[in-house]
Amino acid sequence: MSRSRFTRRGVLKSGAVAGAGVALPTIFTAGSASAFTNEPTGATVTFGFNVPQSGPYADEGMDELRAQQLAVEHINGEGDGGMLNTFKSALDGSGVLGKKVVYVTGDTQTKSDAARASAKSMIEKDGAIMINGGSSSGVAVAVQSLCQEAGIIFMAGLTHSNDTTGKDRKANGFRHFFNAYMSGAALAPVLAKAYGTDRRAYHLTADYNWGWTQEESIRAATEALGWETVETVRTPLSTTDFSSYIAPVLNSGADVLILNHYGGNMVNSINQAVQFGLRDKVVNGKNFEIVVPLYSELMAEGAGEAIKGVYGSMNWNWQLDNPGTKAFVKSFGEKYGRPPSNSAHTCYVQTLLYADAVARAGSFNPCAVVEALEDFEFDGMGNGPTLYRGADHQCFKDVLVMKGNENPTNQFDILEIVELTPRAQVEYAPDHPMFAGGDLGKCNSGA
Amino acid sequence: MDDIILQFINGLDKGSAYALIALGLTLIFGTLGVVNFAHGMLFMLGAFCAVVMQRILNISAVTIDETQKDFLGRPLEVKTPYAELWFGPEIGQVIVNWSVPLSLLLAVPFMALVGWVMERGIIKHFYKRPHADQILATFGLAIVIQEIMKEIFGANPIPVPAPQSFAGSLDFGVLLGFDPNVIVYPYWRLIYFLFSSVILLAVFAFLRYTTFGMVVRAGMADRETVGLLGINIDRRFTIMFAIAAIVAGVAGAMYAPINSPNYHMGMDFLVLSFVVVVVGGMGSLAGAVLAGYLLGVLESFASMNTVKDALPGIDQVIIYLTAIVVLLVRPRGLLGRRGVMED
Repeated sequence: MSRSRFTRRGVLKSGAVAGAGVALPTIFTAGSASAFTNEPTGATVTFGFNVPQSGPYADEGMDELRAQQLAVEHINGEGDGGMLNTFKSALDGSGVLGKKVVYVTGDTQTKSDAARASAKSMIEKDGAIMINGGSSSGVAVAVQSLCQEAGIIFMAGLTHSNDTTGKDRKANGFRHFFNAYMSGAALAPVLAKAYGTDRRAYHLTADYNWGWTQEESIRAATEALGWETVETVRTPLSTTDFSSYIAPVLNSGADVLILNHYGGNMVNSINQAVQFGLRDKVVNGKNFEIVVPLYSELMAEGAGEAIKGVYGSMNWNWQLDNPGTKAFVKSFGEKYGRPPSNSAHTCYVQTLLYADAVARAGSFNPCAVVEALEDFEFDGMGNGPTLYRGADHQCFKDVLVMKGNENPTNQFDILEIVELTPRAQVEYAPDHPMFAGGDLGKCNSGA
Repeated sequence: MDDIILQFINGLDKGSAYALIALGLTLIFGTLGVVNFAHGMLFMLGAFCAVVMQRILNISAVTIDETQKDFLGRPLEVKTPYAELWFGPEIGQVIVNWSVPLSLLLAVPFMALVGWVMERGIIKHFYKRPHADQILATFGLAIVIQEIMKEIFGANPIPVPAPQSFAGSLDFGVLLGFDPNVIVYPYWRLIYFLFSSVILLAVFAFLRYTTFGMVVRAGMADRETVGLLGINIDRRFTIMFAIAAIVAGVAGAMYAPINSPNYHMGMDFLVLSFVVVVVGGMGSLAGAVLAGYLLGVLESFASMNTVKDALPGIDQVIIYLTAIVVLLVRPRGLLGRRGVMED
């Protein structure tokens, strides 16, 4: 009878040593092969475009996607180059750091959970190195938070809530689009000039995050002018018939109705307000007026005749007279047969800015990209001299005050530019009360 | 007082849309026993009939104006509707301007066709299936049609203005002895209220005073017995489905200036109209109409600032709260019949 040379203790010891031996190289190789999330190793690098392809903002999402596709073409040296001809860039038309850009798309459905799921899928399954797009602040905040956790850069699309670069700001997230505070700061002087400083305003506000910050911002700006706020009424986001909210405006003593609505809400509320004859009314000896703080070309098309003469604000408009705008409108217009919207513009610019930051940093590492974008000053992107402020990752540039065109000559010039508000007028401190409570934290590379 | 009167008028106006949709839903449920989750889609298709008519009337001749430029700096394409070229600018503009009322000429035959195809193609296969199957099939159909409409017309709302003659508001206050401009209400909403009242009366008169209606009512009460009498009740029920589709369609077409048509407007109304039907009593036409107006008025009052201040958020839940209270007090709904949807 022979005795086995294996003892229980011996097997455990050997197993532990063997296990450590197998695991040790993996730990080191994992660190050296992938220094950050989705580090590109082949001849291509993947961008993730997360836009609403279904749901009520699908048209806006499609316009963003067109612009993103155009940006990829231009980065890869195809087409006429668009804004790369006017923006002093480190890109040379051969992709980014020698890698050709390819892209994947996700459908946000304008729902935070769906947007997070599609962004997660693009990051984990498709290896997207950067996520760009979106037409809602709720989506932007949710996806920005996901990207922060995943070690991915988030270049926000259309998001106008103060919170995106305020209390919900993140080190891996960057917003080129303007915000509600800027809308108020830009609109107020124009409203004072057009309607005077002795006005009584009635607010109808979409009852969600963006609506609240929009109301807070425009209310503060108009009250600083001397306007009195008569009433602020929150309307459910699902409302389609606003008549029961508009009827009380008639006898409220207000002479201005401010619609803190966007999208379908805005289209319906402004049309119904006009049907109630508000714009024909004379109250307190003044003509009754309507203001829509945030405009979009696509929504203005939906509102039709009702927006004639109504003031609002925008991040950018295709009618601006500068080389960057002309180059982009030409590229986009020739390819798609219509001028780009301001959400298309912001997505196009964000994609180019990301690619340029990578080229300047010489690395796709998110922390290097963050460093390259922070306090970056640039021009030639259609908004004049622009700063990506390092303290909160918010872009600062001129803001457009728009008015519904009284005599449009074609289907695209339904809005006219009233004033280009200088950047200095819409700037604020990073710890401004409307943006307080946020902390960028540290950049996360996912390593 | 003026606010209360204004909200009451507004409630009746809102309720008229609810009543029209719920009436069609009840007609289908009462006659065919089918829970039609695609009914909101019929309302949406009707609204798009107004869009299509607007586009038909705006079909234009294109001329190039060298003096004006488009957004790319090319000579501008100027479009002039054929209606203006053929009938002169004044009459042509009136025709184009009246696209919504004229769209009823399109909506009636189109919706009848849609109703007939829907009933013969899908619904009839589900008569003897459980309600859950009917809901799945019709809801699926609604989603398919909705997505098709989005592909064709896009996701953005499409503005369809009311005729210029009905722009502006009627000063009700003066008629009631109030000061001018205190109680005013848009003309087109009043037109919609009157229109829906006429449709509701016409449907009731049709069912009450025609032989066809009598047979349908008999079929609603006892389908088997009517069949045993040698009457082809199925054919009549197909016609009733088409009539319900027409009612929903014309309601949608005339609603287009109030709520710019968009592909999901049917879904917006669907849940609401089912609540109206349940509150009114399943299978009761009069109940559907009564509940439509009642919920419209309650919703309007709940939106008043004084009410919202006292009960924050009440405007968002009033309809469902009312449904709960009604079902607790009268489980069959306001005018529900015994035996309907009961085992």
